[in-house]
Parts: sequence; C-alpha cells; structure tokens
Amino acid sequence: MTDTAVEPTVRTEGPSATEPASTPPPGAGGHGPPPVPSFSIVPVRALPVVAAVLIGLIVAIGSNNLWALTFFHVAGGGLWTSLDLFLGLVLGPIMGSLSIPARVEFTTRFMPKMLLIMPTLVAMTLGAGFQLARHVGNLDASYPHHGWLVASFVVVGIMAVIALGLLEPANLAVLFELKKPQPNGERIGRLMKVFIYTAGITGVLQIATILIMTFLASR
Amino acid sequence: MTTAATATPPGFGEPDAEDLRQADLPPVMPIAIVTLALVVSGGIIVAAQYGRAAHLTIPTVLLGVAAVLLLVNAVLIARISAFAWPVFFRVLGWALLAYCVIAGILEYVFVYDHTPARLLALFSGMLVLFAIDVPLMLAYSVARWQPVDAS
Repeated sequence: MTDTAVEPTVRTEGPSATEPASTPPPGAGGHGPPPVPSFSIVPVRALPVVAAVLIGLIVAIGSNNLWALTFFHVAGGGLWTSLDLFLGLVLGPIMGSLSIPARVEFTTRFMPKMLLIMPTLVAMTLGAGFQLARHVGNLDASYPHHGWLVASFVVVGIMAVIALGLLEPANLAVLFELKKPQPNGERIGRLMKVFIYTAGITGVLQIATILIMTFLASR
Repeated sequence: MTTAATATPPGFGEPDAEDLRQADLPPVMPIAIVTLALVVSGGIIVAAQYGRAAHLTIPTVLLGVAAVLLLVNAVLIARISAFAWPVFFRVLGWALLAYCVIAGILEYVFVYDHTPARLLALFSGMLVLFAIDVPLMLAYSVARWQPVDAS
C-alpha cells in the first residue's frame, strides 16, 4: 500500500457501462455515488516517522532523561489536545456543511493520516507521562496532590475508552467503506458523525486534563 | 452554503444488504467497550496505589470479569455465520501487531521500573486483554459493514 491520497488523480468509481457494480441503483436517475479519490487506508510512507517517534519514546523512558520525558509528554499532550479540540469544535462543523463529494474527498485524504497520528500521540503522552510522574515523585501515593493525579487518570481513562471503543473503529470503518466500489454515503455520514462528536467529547475532557496538569505543574 | 451543495445525490446512501444484516449480529461492540472499561478501571485503581501496599482484590476481580467478557465476545463472533471473515482477519492481524507494540512499550515501562511481581502480573494480564480487545473491536467494526463475500 502506498499513500496516494495527496496525488491529484481521481479514481472515478461512478457509473460505467462495463462495470455492473457501478451501475446506478434503480430510481437514481442516472446519478451514482460521488467519485472517490484513490487512497491508502494506512499511509505507509509515514510509518518510519511513527517508528522514529516510538523509538525516541523508548530511549527517553530507558534513559529516564527529565528533558526528554517532559518533551514527549508535553509535545504529545499538547498536540493531542489541540487536534481533538480542533476536530470537534472547528473542523466538525465545517465538514457538516460541505457537499457530499467534498466530504468524501476530504475524508479520504484526512482520515488515513489520523489513523497513524492519534495512536502515536496517545502512546507518546501516556508513556512519557507515567514515567515522568514516577521520576519526579508525583505518582507516589504520599504526594500531597495525589488525588488530582488520580483524577487525571480517570479523565484519561474515560478518553481512552471513548477513543478506542468509538472513535478509532468509526475512523477505520469509514476508510473501508470508501474502498467499496459503491460506498454508502449515509453510513459514511453516520460514522463520520461518531468520529467528529467523540473527538469533540475527548477535546472537552482534554480541557479538564489541562486544568489538572497546569495545577500540578504550578505546585 | 447553498441547498444544492448539501443535497445527497440520488441513490447514494440507501439501505443495502449490510444495513439489513445488522439486526442479526450479536452485541459485540457494547461487550468489547465494557471489557475495555473494566481493564482501564483496574489499571487506574492499581496506578492510584503506586508507592504503598496495594490492595489488588478489586483490580483482580475486574480483570477476571473482563477476561470472561472477552471470551464471550470471541465465542459470539465465532458463531456468526454470514460475515466478511477475510476482512475481519486482515484487520485483526494488523491491529494485533500495532497494539502488541503499544502494549509492549507499556510492559517495558513496568519491567524497567522494577514493578513488584504481583503488580506486574496484574498489569501484564490487563495489557494482554487490552492488546486483544481493541483489535477485536476494530476488526469487527470494519467487517460488519463489508459484504459477506468481501476479500
């Protein structure tokens, strides 16, 4: 698989005289599904970047380097939070107002990248965060603000269940739907709503995490 | 934004065979989400006791219930007769690989930190369930919307 999502060529999978699968449904009045650009479900060219980030994370944990751990935790957390908020509060409403072909084209270019970006950011933030908290002593039950830290665990736990149980499955299902000869637009719309709404919910929960983390960092 | 721009093209999005098949499928996703929630809850309870004598009864019970639910889910999926099995196993394989890497990184952190044996065993059990449950959800949520004969 190669990431051809950014290429301008469009694979038209609309009605075709030679392809029975592309024949418009009865009553469609000669219109079929909108053209779906050629795309790859997993952007393979980005995998080395993901691998480099994960290796960096392992090195940071292995070396227990305070700067590296802080970098991975803050950079990962900042990007994760920003993306969630941007998706839910800015991009979501914009996507809802786009035409169906525009939504399909945007989805085929955007969702494969999210499939790699989000799990990588989550692994960065949580892996480095746990080790950082342990390194500076925040994780210890005797830490004066331990209750706040546990509260952040609960918020992150809820976010993890929402992201892994609803957001990621919806993301993947949309991509596979778009790979069909005749994608079901109504289904894609439904799954995209799940994706955007859950991203928004996790974005709001991220604000709670930021409040807790900035409180702890200022103590 | 004009009305024409938001209109759905005719024939695009009508109920198809996959939509009609959904009612016959078992409640795999809710069970998988509950399994994940139990695993995460157990992890939070254990992590909250870090640095003091941990009470492991509740996390162990949560882990046990989660394991049973995962088993139930596996049986429910195996009993589905009309399903896009090639797609299911393809997604399951790649997702297992990805989540084993993530679980491996977390396991590495626990081992590196010299986590006590009983805690490590509990965490490892949770990571195993996590690394199976999430790929199962991803594979099922893709395959359920694919034609039965899809490869």
